Amino acid sequence: MNAINIQAFDFGALDRLSRQNTPVHRLDGRAKLLTTLIFIVTVVSFGRYEVSSMMPFLIYPVALCALGNIPFSFLVRKILLVAPFAVLIGVFNPILDRQILTSLGPLEITGGWVSLASIMVRFVLTVGAALTLVAVTGFNAVCAAMEKLGAPRIFVMQLMFLYRYLFVLMDESIRLVRARALRTFNGKGPGFHTFGSMVGHLLLRTLDRAQRIHMAMRCRGFSGELRVFKPRSFGLGDAAFVLGWSVLFIGMRLFNLTRLIGEMVTGFFA
Amino acid sequence: MSHHIIEAKDIYYAYPDGTPALMGISFRITHGESVAVIGANGAGKSTLLQHLNGCLFPKAGSLRIGDSPLKKSTLNAIRRTVGMVFQDPDDQLFMPTVFDDVAFGPLNQGLPPDEVASRVNRALEIVGAAHLKNRPPYKLSGGEKRAVSIATVLSMSPDILVMDEPTSNLDPRSRRQLIEMLKTFKHTKIFATHDLDFVLDLCERSIVLMQGRVAADGPTVEIMGHQALLEESHLEKPLRMQGCPVCGKVFQVIPDHDPESRS
Repeated sequence: MNAINIQAFDFGALDRLSRQNTPVHRLDGRAKLLTTLIFIVTVVSFGRYEVSSMMPFLIYPVALCALGNIPFSFLVRKILLVAPFAVLIGVFNPILDRQILTSLGPLEITGGWVSLASIMVRFVLTVGAALTLVAVTGFNAVCAAMEKLGAPRIFVMQLMFLYRYLFVLMDESIRLVRARALRTFNGKGPGFHTFGSMVGHLLLRTLDRAQRIHMAMRCRGFSGELRVFKPRSFGLGDAAFVLGWSVLFIGMRLFNLTRLIGEMVTGFFA
Repeated sequence: MSHHIIEAKDIYYAYPDGTPALMGISFRITHGESVAVIGANGAGKSTLLQHLNGCLFPKAGSLRIGDSPLKKSTLNAIRRTVGMVFQDPDDQLFMPTVFDDVAFGPLNQGLPPDEVASRVNRALEIVGAAHLKNRPPYKLSGGEKRAVSIATVLSMSPDILVMDEPTSNLDPRSRRQLIEMLKTFKHTKIFATHDLDFVLDLCERSIVLMQGRVAADGPTVEIMGHQALLEESHLEKPLRMQGCPVCGKVFQVIPDHDPESRS
């Protein structure tokens, strides 16, 4: 991801949204993380040609957004921003998989198109759920939840530092790019050569900064364990949240809700 | 109260690449003193500061901080005694929120949660940053970042406060607020800086470093009047001690002290 993309992603806005005070925000991070993981696993476990049966799962990110006061448009914009990656994964399916599954009148629908659609639905669901999780919990609380759930401490620490210094790194690279742009007129100049040295510089600066941060941490008694002040605990409401949603997800995985509703409606009119 | 004392005896240090940085530095700073370490770029100020809480160890000579000599075994005690504020607040503020950052030191000291919370709140109040408690540090202005960096150190209740370039990148008003705040601190204070007006306000004593050696050590007012010494160490008289840019009149900085008599 280049500097501009990171800016467009606007982590600051995610952070602001995560500092609200709604019932969803007040839930323990572990409850939301666990539920989201179960959600992702159930969604991913669907077969490659399934589309309609996954639709009911939309209820989870939508409900969380609504209860957590997260603007829906915000979520959609963020999903669109990373959509090209998902499209890239499935874009060759229609060419490779030409087996005809069904036909709508003269229009024949091949397995490739269905699996592409399936990938896109999966992508929207999983990325939507993950983004909502961060927006209603906060990145650092997600990290803390990971640690409490037993993720390796070093991994969690790296994630936290990555998040903290993303902004600093971004500023630094923007300054480098600007300094180059101001002295290469119309973008001409020894492009590739300077690019290499710029990346090198950025690496050296990063290493220097890492060393200074480490020193600052040691000065304040850091000994390998990141202690965070968190008086919160996992309550009954949190357990109910995990349990309720998990039962719903598993139910929706086992029974095709869309078809059931469809059959009910058609049965009613028959 | 011997734990507020810093005593350096003939310290030598050379960087791993062989560049000599400190070449025999000695001084003694006693309880409650406020001392400026001044000198040209590359004179060894920052290197010296990094010795004061064991980020670097002298290659020769000895350093006593408080009751104990600087050694690997005394490092924890010394870091508790000496609070170090780095030049770039972005290096100092590495935690997700201001609160977490100020709590970092006390939590590492193993204090109980209540005590940690009250220390954090007190430290943030002292620097006037209580309202920033839940903000992420990267969103703060330069002055706010500086204030919070100081709070991160105050929360560990150190006896000695060491600051590297405290006024760099601050606007004049934030700089003034910082000076007023530091004036109220009773700690032993050591500042490395190029801001000589700041030194004039806060430090009664100055140590001038030149190429890794102590070129002068004495009352700030005397050192600031020593034109040749200042020039040799790439410094200039504090602006307030220079003449008026229009009429050339020199103002009297300190009562009963005639600056003209030195020139």
